[in-house]
Amino acid sequence: MFFPISGAHISPIYLAIVGFIIGILGGFFGVGGSFIAGPALRAVGLDWNFAVGTDLAHIVGKSVVAAKRHRALGNVDLRLGFIMALGTIGGAECGAQLIQMLKRAGNVNLVVSVISIAVYVSISSFMLWESRKTLQLHKKKPPSPGKGKGAAAKKDVSAFTPTTRAIQRLKIWPMVSLPTSGIKAISVWVILLVSFIGGLFSGFLGGGAGYIRMPSMVYVLGIPTHLAVGTDLFEIIISASYGTFTHAIKGNVDILIALVMHTGAAIGAQIGAICTQFFSGPKIRLAFVPLPLIGAAIVIYTMLTGHKL
Amino acid sequence: MTSEAAKTLRAFAIELVLYAVLVVAYFFCVLHFLGDALQRLAAHHRYTYAGIAILLIIGQAVVLEGVTTFLLRLLRGRSE
Repeated sequence: MFFPISGAHISPIYLAIVGFIIGILGGFFGVGGSFIAGPALRAVGLDWNFAVGTDLAHIVGKSVVAAKRHRALGNVDLRLGFIMALGTIGGAECGAQLIQMLKRAGNVNLVVSVISIAVYVSISSFMLWESRKTLQLHKKKPPSPGKGKGAAAKKDVSAFTPTTRAIQRLKIWPMVSLPTSGIKAISVWVILLVSFIGGLFSGFLGGGAGYIRMPSMVYVLGIPTHLAVGTDLFEIIISASYGTFTHAIKGNVDILIALVMHTGAAIGAQIGAICTQFFSGPKIRLAFVPLPLIGAAIVIYTMLTGHKL
Repeated sequence: MTSEAAKTLRAFAIELVLYAVLVVAYFFCVLHFLGDALQRLAAHHRYTYAGIAILLIIGQAVVLEGVTTFLLRLLRGRSE
């Protein structure tokens, strides 16, 4: 099928299948899935700039579906999502500026590749350690899946809880309460910092950086895993819409490809979101571990072969 | 496999077939009705194109979410 905006010939079935796979991952883990979508679009000959911009547009649609489903399951903290969107947009702009600086210095590829590998491997290692430790600690009485609505039903357990509690005790004005997430008071600055760092990586490494933001929400802010997944998706709608707009005015978005891809993602995202009901927080986090490693493998492949996937 | 699981899988398979038919029809509608207009906008009116692109993807998301939810309810005979 010919897509006139980007001038690419791509099978719509291929696009729908890629969308479906990313939809399931997104609905279940609260990630945008750009580490799969970007290379998958690139693999069928779409220019890199179109792959990045079009992927962002598709992420908006997929996140709307998944966030709506998560909202129905009581997994979205709207107040937290709006505050985080501010930090993410600011961070994404700074990340993009950082990339421009490195481009001028002439070593952007090496720096971004090394940092991304270090970040991906660190996240995976930490989550593997934490989720296994939590599951071992609660072997006798395993944590329950996140069925039902309200903070009590979504209550989560983590081996990192003492550090999270210490962060929540920081009294830096203004404080905000997040009753949906079961948090009595937390500094707005901590939320903004977490989302800013997520946005920074998003602008710096590309994609939505859900693989950084979702774990940060669980470990730093102390949001239950099910709520972190749902709220991250809601927040991605805002930040990815902003990204889509800026890429579209630069001529990097083929919305027709995004619309076709999204037909698969719409059903995948619903399936992924429903599946979260049947798994406890630590199990979702344990299943999350391979995702950043896939990202690291793609970067290593690119470094070794010189081909951008 | 339990009868409940078999029933769910059968419903899911039917749902996928129905959805695939709808989606194939949709591909042709989108490209036929929107292709040229969007290409012109992308080439000459970037800001309008950017705004319409976001509206289209969000609009499609809301409609498809409604369609898939309707299909799930119709085929499984119960609300989720």
